[in-house]
Order: sequence, then C-alpha cells, then structure tokens
Amino acid sequence: MSAETTPHIVLEARNVVKTYGHVTALDGVDFELRAGEILAVVGDNGAGKSTLIKALTGALHPTSGEILLDGVPIHFKGPLDARHAGIETVYQDLAVAPALDIASNLFLGRELRAPGLLGSLFRRLDKKKMREEARRAMNELKFRLPAIDNPVESLSGGQRQGVAVARAALFARKLVIMDEPTAALGVRETGQVLELIRSIRDRGLAVVLISHNMPNVFDIADRIHIMRLGRRAAVVSPKTHTMNDVVAIMTGAATA
Amino acid sequence: MTTATVSPADASRSLKSRILGAPSAGPLLVLIGFCLIFALSNPRFLATHNLSIILQQTVVIGVLAIGQTLVILTAGIDLAVGAICVLGTIVAGKLVNLGYDPVLSMGFAILLCTAAGLAAGGLVSGLRLPPFIVTLGILGILTAALRLISAGGAFPVRDPFLAWTGNTMKLGGFVLTYGVLIMFALYAVVWYLLNQTKWGRHVYAIGNNTEAARLVGIPVRRHLLSVYLLAGLIYGIAAWLALGRIPNADPNAMQSANLDSITAVVIGGTSLFGGRGGLIGTLIGALIVGVLRNGLTLAGIDPLWQDLVTGILVIIAVALDQMSRRKN
Ligand SMILES: Nc1ncnc2c1ncn2[C@@H]1O[C@H](COP(=O)(O)OP(=O)(O)O)[C@@H](O)[C@H]1O
Ligand SMILES: [Mg+2]
Repeated sequence: MSAETTPHIVLEARNVVKTYGHVTALDGVDFELRAGEILAVVGDNGAGKSTLIKALTGALHPTSGEILLDGVPIHFKGPLDARHAGIETVYQDLAVAPALDIASNLFLGRELRAPGLLGSLFRRLDKKKMREEARRAMNELKFRLPAIDNPVESLSGGQRQGVAVARAALFARKLVIMDEPTAALGVRETGQVLELIRSIRDRGLAVVLISHNMPNVFDIADRIHIMRLGRRAAVVSPKTHTMNDVVAIMTGAATA
Repeated sequence: MTTATVSPADASRSLKSRILGAPSAGPLLVLIGFCLIFALSNPRFLATHNLSIILQQTVVIGVLAIGQTLVILTAGIDLAVGAICVLGTIVAGKLVNLGYDPVLSMGFAILLCTAAGLAAGGLVSGLRLPPFIVTLGILGILTAALRLISAGGAFPVRDPFLAWTGNTMKLGGFVLTYGVLIMFALYAVVWYLLNQTKWGRHVYAIGNNTEAARLVGIPVRRHLLSVYLLAGLIYGIAAWLALGRIPNADPNAMQSANLDSITAVVIGGTSLFGGRGGLIGTLIGALIVGVLRNGLTLAGIDPLWQDLVTGILVIIAVALDQMSRRKN
C-alpha cells in the first residue's frame, strides 16, 4: 500500500461493531477516509456497507467501537448531528421533492430568509437569492440543468439525482457520503453523476461512494475499501489492483 | 444534449406559457364556463345583488376550504371541517346565551376549535394514524357530543358581536359583508404563509415526499401538528363567520361541508396525493361551488340535486388529478 506522506484523515472508524440480535452486521470494522479523496466502498450484498455508512452518519448507534472526525471522537445522536458537523449524505432512493423546483430542492430544510424586517419579522423567503445561489452552485459543479425554477419532476432520473448530489455538495463542509447514488440510473445518467462527484472532490471535499458497479468504481475512485462479512477485508488502489482482484477479495477467494 | 447550462435567461419564460401553464388556469375556465351558462339561462344571475349574495354564500365554505387545503397539501384529508366549525357556533352561542361576554365566548369557541385541530394533528403525527380515520372519528364524536349538549335542537343566537361579520358595507354599488372581507384577508395571509415562508415550503415538501423531507432534517411531526392546529383555528374563525350569516347555532348544520370543502380544494387543482396545488385554486374552487349552488337554486333546482352535481364534480376533478399523475 502507498506509504507516501501520511495524509490528513477526515473520518475514521475503529473496531466498530453493530449487532441486531443474533445478526452481526458489523464485526469490528475499521475505516479511514483521507482529505480530498474519493473512497469507494464495495462488498457483497449483506457485507455491511449500508450499516457502516449509517454508523458513520449517526443514523444508528454502534454496539461498540469508536468514530473520529478530524481525529476527535464523536457521538452523533442522529443524522442532523452529522449534518451540523459538515457531513452530507446522498441516499440511493432519490431524496427530492419532485413537485418543488430545483432551487427549492437544493435549499430544502435550509432556506434563506430575506434580509431585514421582511425576513426576521415576516419570515419571508429570499427566493431570488436562493435561485442565484443555486445557479452559481450548478455552474460551479458544471452540472447541466434546464431552468432552475422548473419542477424537479420535469428532469431525467440522472438530473434528479444530480440535484440531490448537488445539494449535498452545496452544504457539505467536510465530506459527502453516497449510498449507491447511481443504482437507479442508466449509463449516460450515471456518467453525469460521476462527473458531478469528481467536481465535488475537485472542490476539496472528501467523498465516500458505495457502489456495486466495478467499472464505475475503477473509473472514479482513488482508493477502494472492500467489505466482507462485516469487516474491512482490504483497502486497495485501482492502480495496483484489477477488478478481478477486488472481486476475489470481496468473495473471500483471495486476500490483499 | 438538449439541456443547457443554467443561465438567468432561462428564468423568464414567455408570459403566454406562464398564464396557460398556471395551475389555476383550468379552474378559472371552469368558473367562467359555469357563470356563462347560468348567466345565459337566467339574467338575474349576473345582477350585482346576486353576485354579492354568491360571495356571502361562499364565505363559510371558502374559509373552511383554506384549512382543508393545508391538510390536503400534506397528503391528508379532513373530514371534521364541518363538525369543528359547528363546535365553534354551538359553544359560542351557548356561552353568549348564558350571559357570558360575547368576545370572550367567541374567543373561547375558536380556542376549542384550535384544540380540536391540535388533537387531530396529534393523532396523525404522534400515533401515525391515517388522517382519514382520525378526522372521521372526530366527526363522529363531535357530532354526537354537540347534539347532546344542545339537546338535539338548534337555538337562536342574538348578539351583535357574534353577528357582526354579517354586517354590510357598500363598495361601489356592491354590497359586501365584513365576513367576505375577512375571508379574502385569510386567503391572503395563508397564501403568504404557503408561498413566501419556509413553513409553507415545508408543507409542500412533506406532502410531496415525506421521507425526503425527513432526510433533509425537516421536523415532520411537529410540522404536521402545526398544520392541523392552524386548520382548527381557521375552522373556528369560520364558525364566527357562520354566525354572521345565520344567527342560529344548529348541531345538524354543515352536513355538506366535507363535500363542499373537499370539492373546492380538488376542483381548485390541489392534488389529493399532497404536495401540489395552492390557495388561489381553492378560492376559485370555492367560488365554483358557490356559483353552482346559487345558479341551481336560481333555476329552482332542489338542494339534493346540488349535492349530486357537486359529487359528480369532485369525482371528475379527482379523476383528472389521477390521470395527470399517471402521465408523470
Ligand atoms: N435493521 C436490521 N435488522 C437486522 N439485521 C440487519 C439490519 N440491517 C442490516 N442487517 C443485516 O446486517 C447485514 C449487513 O447489512 P447491510 O449493511 O445492509 O449490507 P450491504 O449494504 O452491504 O448490502 C446483513 O446481514 C443484514 O441482513
Ligand atoms: Mg446496502
């Protein structure tokens, strides 16, 4: 494995265990996300990928183990805590409100209020500013979309997921986690979303990408975290390992 | 690729497509259509006197439909609109007839209506019961309780304050009651809440995709509670307006309030599936219901037939909504 200058670790998990009754979903997993990287998390169905992500984002409480953000141990009570700490999550099922326009979706739950009395007393939204910011963010991410005040339902599946990903990018201060963001998308749309993920990394954020799609993973990931039976089987680089190597580690046919 | 990078120019769609594409264009055409039919079949329909009567007849349903719109936008439905409003008229009427201060009596009645809304909201959001069942239950409970309190019968309420909303003022040959003005004011205020505030944005988001709303951190349960609470408050105000129209508290009144308010909302283009539509449509929808009832009455048609026509109308509107959803 690469032994260059030790990079900054943004998010780390140490020996995390999560059991559901007799089922051990996570069996002492370790995890390490470096600043500015795209880390792919791969593994068979039931290997514990989603459970790991939920533990990292406060969506569930680990049975034991430690999670550190920028080297500091953290105990998220829920996903909101993680969000306040600068971690944004994109879910597989399109988490958008289809009837609302693009700008409203981007700012959903974090709407901007108008300045002055209009905002503080009359609680008026600053729709203009939200539209402008949305446009700026989409341009910055180089994500192509029709007019920002179109309802999200008028977009293609890839563009919709793009809105969810852009929302995460817009508000994440440290990292973005995506659980199979392209699972429901076609080839071309997947390409759009992968481009978007690259732009997010290029803005300096770290990205965790869970995916089943090996070609996608090898196309985009800086490192690949391989889950097997609730543990980390290996972390490999797409430069030194082939898809077959990774699949072999995933299934237990080989070790790193 | 057919899409282009977002630019400010995209924002200005042509005026024509904006007007034709506006969600309330359809309902407005229906309203104009009905007005034309009634005007052609009876010249008295368009008399200013009759038009101001239509507005007055629309007041109570129009205001109830505001609360109904809020609930339906969250993908719920409120079958207790009429019952909660009757609760307000009976309580206020009883207290005033017992000699209590009219302002306090009405205030207390409105507070009770708000509490009934809060109870519905609590059951819907806290216990996650279907709004349809919760409000049906409240309808049954209130109807029975109110008949018991008033010993089954209606009673007159003679108090200038309770009747105040029925007082008239002239606006250029047009006779308006204060109730009509209050109705328009309520539409304006709630329209502002729905369209210009975060609160309204979240109402739409919850109705449109509850899970997405939860995931972005909107406190869904608390928000639903606030929606039902506001709806209850509005039904209480409607009770005051109802006493202004007819100075009579009747436990058997407002039998068709559910049908009429839901019809107004749905004809107005708000989707029963939640998250789509709005108050401008509902105002037009309420006027359609008012025009329909008035026009049919002028034509000498029995009120039962009016219910029948309204029933057909609501089914057509829901069918159209369903069809447009399938297309998407
Ligand atoms: N809420 C739960 N209750 C019981 N078992 C669960 C629960 N969530 C996950 N599991 C189990 O934990 C294991 C890991 O699941 P998961 O993290 O979803 O895997 P992956 O996302 O890699 O497919 C599986 O065996 C799954 O059945
Ligand atoms: Mg999974």
